[in-house]
Amino acid sequence: MTKTEEKHKKFLNLNLRTKTLLIIGIAFLILFSVFVSNYLIDHTAVLTSNFYNINQPPSFEHWFGTDWMGRDMFMRTLLGLGISIGVGAFASIISTIIAILLGVFSSVNTIVDEAVTAVIDLFGSIPHILLIILVSLAFGGGYYGVVMAVGLTHWTPLARVLRAEIKKINTSEYIKLSTEFGKSKMWIAKKHIFPLIISQIIVGVILMFPHAIMHEASISFLGFGLPAHEPAIGIILSESMKYLSMGYWWLAFYPGLALLFLVLLFDLIGENVHKLLDPQSAQE
Amino acid sequence: MYLNANNISYAYKKNKPILKNLSISIPDNKVIGLMGDSGSGKSTLCKVISGYIKNYTGTVTLDNNLIETKDFYPIQLIFQHPEKTMNPKWKMHKVLSESWNPPQELMDTFGLKDNWLGRWPNELSGGELQRFSILRALNPKTKFIIADEISTMLDAVTQVQIWDALLDYCKQNKIGILAVSHDKELLEVIADDILLFNEINKL
Repeated sequence: MTKTEEKHKKFLNLNLRTKTLLIIGIAFLILFSVFVSNYLIDHTAVLTSNFYNINQPPSFEHWFGTDWMGRDMFMRTLLGLGISIGVGAFASIISTIIAILLGVFSSVNTIVDEAVTAVIDLFGSIPHILLIILVSLAFGGGYYGVVMAVGLTHWTPLARVLRAEIKKINTSEYIKLSTEFGKSKMWIAKKHIFPLIISQIIVGVILMFPHAIMHEASISFLGFGLPAHEPAIGIILSESMKYLSMGYWWLAFYPGLALLFLVLLFDLIGENVHKLLDPQSAQE
Repeated sequence: MYLNANNISYAYKKNKPILKNLSISIPDNKVIGLMGDSGSGKSTLCKVISGYIKNYTGTVTLDNNLIETKDFYPIQLIFQHPEKTMNPKWKMHKVLSESWNPPQELMDTFGLKDNWLGRWPNELSGGELQRFSILRALNPKTKFIIADEISTMLDAVTQVQIWDALLDYCKQNKIGILAVSHDKELLEVIADDILLFNEINKL
C-alpha cells in the first residue's frame, strides 16, 4: 500500500472514540438547532390560517405540505418537536431526582431497601399510559400536567438500576478494602460510589428522553395531554386522522417520521455516551 | 509483637460451623505457612483475622490489645484475585495512593513500571495488578500481612521476584506474614513454620 493510500484509509477509519464523539456531536447539534429554532420562529405568523393555500402536497415552498387551514406543516412540526424536547427535559429532571433519592435511600438498611423495592414494583405494576393520564388529570392537565405526569412515572427503571448498582458496589471487595484502609463512609461515597454511578445517571437521563417524548405524544394524541391549540406532535397526528381518508397523507407522515427521528437521535446519543463512559468499551 | 487469634468460631449457616475453636499465633519476625484443602475455610479464617468478617466468636488481638476498627486496620489481607479489589474507574496511581505513596525504590523492587500508573485496572494483567495490591498493603501502619494464595496466578519467575521483595520488606519492617496456600513446595521455601489447617481447626 502506498503512503497516500494509507493516509486516505486512516481518514476514513477514524478511531472508535473519535467516531463516537462525532456521532454524539452531530446528533446533539441537530437536537439543539430544533430546540433553538422554536425561539426564532414567529409563532403567531406561522400558526395563522391562510385559506389561499390549504391542503397543499409537499413542495419546495412547503416541505411538509400544508394543512386544512393553510398552515405550513414543516413549521408546525418543528414547533411540535420543540415542545416534545421541553417536556422530555423537564420530565427527565423530575424522574432523575426521584430515582437518585430512592436509589441512595435504599442503601441505608434492609428494611428501607424492601420498602423502596415495594414502591418501585407498585409503580411498575400500574399500566403506564393509564397512570400518566390519571396523574395528568390530577395536576389539571395542560403543559404542567403532562410534565408532572411523565416525570412522576418514568423513574422506576433508573431507580431500579441505581439501587442494584449501589448494592453491587457496596458489597464489592474494593469498598471493603477502603474501610480497611480507614476511610470514612462519606469518603467512600464521594470517591468510590458517586463516580461509579454518575455515568449510569447520565445515560439513564438521556435514555429517558425518548420514553418521555413518546408518552407525551401518545397522551396528547388521546386527548388527555396538551391543549388542542398547541402545535404538539400528538395533537397534529390526532387532527390529521380525519383527513387521512381524503388522501392528505403528508399531514401524518412527516410529523410522525420527524418524531421517530427525534426519538432515535436521543437513543443514539444515549448509546454512544454509554460507550464512552464505560471503561470496558471506552478504550477499544 | 504477636498476632493472636483465640478460639475463633464462625458459621455461614447456623449449625454448620466452618471454623471451630481455632487458635493461631503469629510473631512479627516470622512467616507462618498455612496449608489446607479447597473449601476447608482458609479464606474465611483470613477474613476473620483481617477484619472483613465481624460477627465471629473469639478474639483477635495484637499483643493482647483488641484492634481499633475505625482507623487503618493493622492486619492487611491480600486477595487471590487482585482485579476484584480495585475500583474499575480508578487509574492505578489512584488505586495505589488510596493506601499510601510508596518510595520509588520499593516500586522498583516489585518491578512496577512507571507507565502502568496511568492505566486502568482492566489494561493490566493479573500478575501486574497483584504487584499493586501487595504494595498497597505494605503501608507503614501495617503490622501483619495475610497472604491468601497471592501468587497462584503468577508464573514461576514472577513468583520468586514478588515473594523475595515481599519477604525482604517484611523482615526489615518487622511485619509478620501468614501465607496461605495449597502449594507445599512454595510454603517449604518461604515459611519458617507450616501449619496444617485441618489440625488447628477443631471441627
